[in-house]
Amino acid sequence: MSDFLQYTVFGVMLGAGFAIAATGLVVTYAASGVFNFAHGAVGMVSAFLYWELVVHDHVPVVLALAVVVAVVAPLGGALVERVLMRRLHGSSAERPLLVTLGLLVVVTGVATLAWSPTVTRIVNPLVAGTVRVAGVNVEIQYVVTVGIAAVVAVGLRLLLFSTRTGLALRAVVDDPELLAMVGASPDRVSQLGWMLGFALAAVAGVLIAGAQSTGISIAALTLLVVNSYAAAVVGRLRSIPATFVAALGIGVLESYANGYAVPHLAANLQTDVPLVLPMVFFFVALATVPAARLRATGRLTTVRAQRVVGSHQAALSGLAFAAVVVLFALAFAGAQADGTTVLDLGGEVLALGIVGLSLVLVTGFAGQVSLSPFAFMGIGAFVMGKVAGGGSLLGLVAAVVACGLLGAVVALPTVRLGDLYLALATFAFADAVASGFFADTHVFGSGGLVVGRLVLPGLSFGGDRAELLLVAGCFLACAWLVLAVRRSLFGRRLVALSDSPAAFATLGLDVSVTRVVVFAAGAAMAGLGGALYGTVVGVVGTSDFSVFAGVIFFLLVATWSVRSVSGALLAAVTYVVLANVWDNGLGLVAGVGVILVARTTSGILGAEALQRLASFVPGSAGPSGPAGEPGRVDLREPEGSFSLGGESGGVG
Amino acid sequence: MTSLRLGRQQPATVGPGSAGVTVTGLRAGYGRIEVLHGIDLVVPAGSVLALFGPNGAGKSTLLAVVRGQLRPTCGTVTVGGLDAVRTPTERLARAGVCAVPEGRAVFPNLTVREHLRLWTYAGGAGVGEVEAATYERFPRLAERRHQLAGTLSGGEQQMLAISRALVGSPKVLLLDELSTGLAPLVVAELYELVAALAATGMAVLLVEQFVTTALAVATQAAVLVHGRIVREGPPSQVADAALGDYLSG
Repeated sequence: MSDFLQYTVFGVMLGAGFAIAATGLVVTYAASGVFNFAHGAVGMVSAFLYWELVVHDHVPVVLALAVVVAVVAPLGGALVERVLMRRLHGSSAERPLLVTLGLLVVVTGVATLAWSPTVTRIVNPLVAGTVRVAGVNVEIQYVVTVGIAAVVAVGLRLLLFSTRTGLALRAVVDDPELLAMVGASPDRVSQLGWMLGFALAAVAGVLIAGAQSTGISIAALTLLVVNSYAAAVVGRLRSIPATFVAALGIGVLESYANGYAVPHLAANLQTDVPLVLPMVFFFVALATVPAARLRATGRLTTVRAQRVVGSHQAALSGLAFAAVVVLFALAFAGAQADGTTVLDLGGEVLALGIVGLSLVLVTGFAGQVSLSPFAFMGIGAFVMGKVAGGGSLLGLVAAVVACGLLGAVVALPTVRLGDLYLALATFAFADAVASGFFADTHVFGSGGLVVGRLVLPGLSFGGDRAELLLVAGCFLACAWLVLAVRRSLFGRRLVALSDSPAAFATLGLDVSVTRVVVFAAGAAMAGLGGALYGTVVGVVGTSDFSVFAGVIFFLLVATWSVRSVSGALLAAVTYVVLANVWDNGLGLVAGVGVILVARTTSGILGAEALQRLASFVPGSAGPSGPAGEPGRVDLREPEGSFSLGGESGGVG
Repeated sequence: MTSLRLGRQQPATVGPGSAGVTVTGLRAGYGRIEVLHGIDLVVPAGSVLALFGPNGAGKSTLLAVVRGQLRPTCGTVTVGGLDAVRTPTERLARAGVCAVPEGRAVFPNLTVREHLRLWTYAGGAGVGEVEAATYERFPRLAERRHQLAGTLSGGEQQMLAISRALVGSPKVLLLDELSTGLAPLVVAELYELVAALAATGMAVLLVEQFVTTALAVATQAAVLVHGRIVREGPPSQVADAALGDYLSG
């Protein structure tokens, strides 16, 4: 009985922390229509800053808290709105999402440089000591956390429903232009939403950090917020009371699961299960949230049509690409660089390029933001290494099939809800796979999993050169497939779906089936890329497929161009080169890159200057040609119209 | 009183103190597409200019410029004594420019009462005054004060939208397609209010596709076709010729 109370008390405290973070997300979403993926990173930085002030600089707790929560975080929020978000007004919902993802990897990247992970940092609870309630020792910190959560809940309710500013906060997303005509500045109101969101993230970060008795870590603190994503999803990113209740429920359930179920599991599962729990809650939340009605978006943002690469041009570009690869293979035979041959690096690039092509299919054509390319890639490599002793054709097929099926399972609960939820689900999935599966020493083994070179009946690809040519062949086949899909009726369906799900449905086409099929196909392709990646590098390990690495790669593809084969290939080149030259800078480059190109939508390759250049040399720009059509009249906005199906609407 | 002039002449009634709307040599559009090819018009205080035109003529674009939402490529726009090209929409609103855009100009997830509280942003009246004035003019809104605006009928939504003009005595009223999708009786009721507001000395610029009710209220009328004003004058004269402009345009 006292165990039960103990777990309940801990769970309520945990839930209160999640609730504070989740309401921050909801407030920002309500006031700007943007789901802030960097929310967890803001909480993380706040906790580290707080540690820096209190433990390192011996600033009094109250002062440090005031500086972090009331000064630094709101300023950061205001700055993010002013510098990054305001310029994206009127653009599709997908671009602000990319920017917050960019912010996430930049902030975690900077934090990694600033606070070395080798130092142990322990954040003391705001208030030390315990009180005895009903025969249970309750830490005062818990009481403080729950108290702050209650204050936040009541305060937000009062703000949103009983003040004029709150009314403006609720109104601004529905119609910012009308709000301006009423006499309130929509920019200021949105900015307030960001400031509040950042401040709440900071509060949650400091409180949750105080409960981390073994010290705070950048990745763990950032990802803890996945729990609050789940709570926010239950509240449909709208309702603060529902979000609050959900957060408390998740906290308590997590505490019970950890207290009762986990100690009875096998040793390795004892560490895995707690890490996967947030994702389980998240998927349950997704499955139970009522489906959003399809709504036609008020205005069309697509104006410049996307050029479809013709079969002749694709064939010519493919031949040119093959020639380059053969020359590359001949030029670099046996050259050594740090024990890895240059040919191996080339193979890595091409295998990663196939993963990039899966994003072209899923995100570029169908408009679904998929943040789990590396999860599928890692699973592909894992299956390749495990089936038939590794390196077999059977393993390759199994990797493709397994990832395809898994992709369908991930996509199924989210398709009813719209693309923002798919982005969230893929993020949660990538996180769960990376921390709960890949991190398990039984999966890849302590020294990594030996995948081995591919052996086909009668053929062996033992040599680096043959291996490179094999991967290049697979890349070409995938590129051809992606371009053929785009030319096909199905490809036109995908573009129609991403332009307007509502219009798509009125044509009598099935939105859900199309979404699941394309996502599963993308997952299968990423699995193929992963299997080949495994055969190229030989040994794959835990750290190869982290959730951040996947997000970084996604952002690199988005930076170059998520709509073209060249974009996928260039992203793979960038990733492999940076990973070998400046590993810590990967996140910075990808994040800054995507933030810089966020306005041009099609990425660097879709930029207008490049398009004009390409129009002088028809059909000869890069392996597959540039993404957009040159010479079209560019109205108001450049092309690119994803409509993320999150709901607009008031906070209730 | 000449309240409207055409061509490139300088409007006569412009002055820095003019409280109405003055548009000179206005060209505007979206990206490389120009929609308005040189518009001059004046709406002095106390008069109602009804601007008609077929679909795509540029009526809504013109209003978007006048309320400070769209930057013109050239020309000057003075509204309520302020430069609409450089003043943000919300500051124009607080200076007495009341703009009701096309469609249902309400927030679907706020209640009627919450809307009336938002109307106080424009200044000049407290929430009590706004409620009193609105409920007096539109008793139906009083019955629905706790209802979400998204669940009101079209006519009620338009009443709620235009109730913004009832208090704080705005200097300029800009109405875009007030009649869209409404029953004729409701349209008549709304235009009765417009006439009453104009009588208090407000300058009213209203845009319609073609509504005789609007003509009855207007003191001047003009026809906009393909981004140019092709006809202007007293409402009765414009009404007779306007249909021909539509068909030939």
